[in-house]
Amino acid sequence: MSEPAKRSHGYDGVAICAPVSVPYVRYSNEATHWWIARAIRATLDECGLEPARIDGMCASSFTLGADSAVGLTQHLGLTLRWLDHIPMGGLSSVVALRRAARAVQAGDASIIVCVAGDTNGVNSFRHTAENFSRFSQDAAYPYGSGGPNACFGLLTDYYMRHFGIKREDFAHVCVAQRANALRYPDALFKKAMTVEEYMRSRMISDPICLLDCVMPCAGAEAFIVTTQEIARSFGKPFARLLASQEHHNAFPEDPIQFRAGWARDPKGFWETAGVTPDQVDLVQTYDDYPVISMMQIEDLGFCGKGESGAFLRERDLTVDGDFPHNTSGGQLSVGQAGAAGGYLGTVDALRQITGTATGRRVKDARIAVASGFGLINYDRGVCSGAVVLAGEGA
Amino acid sequence: MTEPLKAPGAKKALARTPSALSPPMPRSRKAMEFTVFAARGEFRFQRCGECGTIVYPFREACSTCLSVDLAWEEVTAVGTLIAVTTIRSSPDGYFSNHLPWRSGTVRLDNGPSMMVHVHGDVTVDERVRLIARTDKAGNGVIMALPEQDTPNMMDDPQLRELTCSPKYRRVLITDGTSRIGQALAKALLAAGASMVMLGVPARVGPGKIDEELAARPEVRLVPLEVTDQTSVAEAATQIGAKVDILVNTAFHIRPGGALSRHNSITDRDEMDVHYFGLLNLIRAFGPILGSRGADEPRSATAWVGLLSAFALGNWSPLGGSSASFSAAHSTLQGLRSDLSGSGVKVITAFFGPTDDEWYDHLQPPKVGPDLIARKIVTALEQGVEQVAAGAIAEDILERWQENPELLPRELARG
Repeated sequence: MSEPAKRSHGYDGVAICAPVSVPYVRYSNEATHWWIARAIRATLDECGLEPARIDGMCASSFTLGADSAVGLTQHLGLTLRWLDHIPMGGLSSVVALRRAARAVQAGDASIIVCVAGDTNGVNSFRHTAENFSRFSQDAAYPYGSGGPNACFGLLTDYYMRHFGIKREDFAHVCVAQRANALRYPDALFKKAMTVEEYMRSRMISDPICLLDCVMPCAGAEAFIVTTQEIARSFGKPFARLLASQEHHNAFPEDPIQFRAGWARDPKGFWETAGVTPDQVDLVQTYDDYPVISMMQIEDLGFCGKGESGAFLRERDLTVDGDFPHNTSGGQLSVGQAGAAGGYLGTVDALRQITGTATGRRVKDARIAVASGFGLINYDRGVCSGAVVLAGEGA
Repeated sequence: MTEPLKAPGAKKALARTPSALSPPMPRSRKAMEFTVFAARGEFRFQRCGECGTIVYPFREACSTCLSVDLAWEEVTAVGTLIAVTTIRSSPDGYFSNHLPWRSGTVRLDNGPSMMVHVHGDVTVDERVRLIARTDKAGNGVIMALPEQDTPNMMDDPQLRELTCSPKYRRVLITDGTSRIGQALAKALLAAGASMVMLGVPARVGPGKIDEELAARPEVRLVPLEVTDQTSVAEAATQIGAKVDILVNTAFHIRPGGALSRHNSITDRDEMDVHYFGLLNLIRAFGPILGSRGADEPRSATAWVGLLSAFALGNWSPLGGSSASFSAAHSTLQGLRSDLSGSGVKVITAFFGPTDDEWYDHLQPPKVGPDLIARKIVTALEQGVEQVAAGAIAEDILERWQENPELLPRELARG
């Protein structure tokens, strides 16, 4: 066992602002650099900044080819004194945010753009699945090449049988997210979904059905991390970071994944944030599959293990409901733009609590949780984490 | 319950032969080491030499104590199927052509969990035994089988992708006049082969083929002289597309070697049959076999090369044939590479001195044709790529695997 977790220092003085999404498309012939450039440009425009003002960048992507964040600096003409590359897929925004916050606090950088983007060609998904990781190449992909659907088919099968979760519970999550997506302008899925449609959805990798799967697409997301002093000079609202956590390879002893790092110290997480779960106005989980959203809701302490089915069934998960969840529609209804999928929840949480989610804002939204989950290196998601964010007035 | 395999009807003349796509090919070097064991049908895992942890997937360091002292150890591969899925959609071409596909998570009794292929007769939470075999890419993979045999178990479609069962398949035995050739024919027919083509070489005149065997409706005689390129090409034109399993039994083994022979006439004869004969066969039959690796319900599945175990280490009393079988062994390694991904396995079957006149100057133990035939049929049914028939061949193969440099020195001491 590692040392007992010590409480982290607070994120005093840190501001997060200018959340932007570059509208997703199913397939794109543009390179990833094009998508990332558009996201960075959009977040700068929000603040009225020239590119030369950025002195730090944190980038995440699966499809930069031979390039890393280093290649992006020269490609995009950014002269920086702080650079990070976060190859953590669905956990990208959480980790980018906490890294950037510390850099800003310490004065290593003053304006950091956090960005994730991926393009999607016709063969991109197969290419990424084939070459995902060494363990995957040796020990997962050769067993039917189902990709993530197969790995999640297995852990969903286990979860349903051991924790009494039913397909109807997944339907409840998916249907509410679709309702949210109908109000989010850039969602790829624009047709209302019913529980019956979900239940009739064809199996892809039992018990995972088509409507449990995200659609790979192209897109990019970004936001800026800076000091509150600088943020005020932009004349735009900003959010604060109350608490954050990240975990890697938590619970390796579990024979199959039924929890992740969130379950290690939920109490400490909430104590650091200074709020309780019932004070949260909206929850953004990483929804590559609904079972993972439910796992997050349990492990983060909104309810007990195995209780998420009953807990969510009693609640309305839409933007206007009593437990607003994945307010943009999530990846299940907006699409999964590679590593940008790890930003989607955080970016919309920022819009919600800074009051820019026009026409679909959670009423009086001030406190948001955004949670991330990433990298099916072999049989399970290795990276997990979460942030608690507060808007002004919170 | 596994549906028993049905006898396939004749293929329609205009039916398309399905393309043999390979399952995913890239593997780490450690996974390729596992493949070596899987090809023998052995189940080995990496175990830490310091703390004893069994690790999986294959890796470079122990995930308990960080020791790099990981050795391959044969383990009891039994466990419980804790989760199962049926894959109905795949971005990979091979699996797309074989959907639906069952995969599962097995928790090994003595260690880690692993993702495996799952036999149709296993349901979740049941006990399973695991086997290691090579898949159609030639890579080692793991499959969960029912703990106890079930009816028609070997007919499971996913298991058949890993094996080369002769059931309902057609076999060419390149020299059907030898005792080994005929013993093989009988054993293959007993194992359910639907046709056995017996090659009749020109070299030694008409051989003595058992009349009862030749009269069986599943048996055809085919003129086939492996040392004659034209003869081999003609046979391939006639029957090539009907050969699902090719077993090369053409031998020319004579006593003597480099120092004990006065000239190279016998050495050339041995090379002519064992090496150039094999090349003729590969060039004529290899391409068509390789193109039919996915030609279900009766696909091409195996090339079996019978080799003297002295191919692995020269034994000077049989030095000439040792050298020619070494050339054949090397050639079959190349063929395995050429056919990898085609769905056709290359099986090397090693035998020691046989109980016929060309070994009458040697002391026992010797191996008879029936045992060699039985070993080859079992190798096909199990899908293993390497087999030894008889005590001497088993001993030589084991010594070679342990220390290939030591083997010829040991043989030199008798």
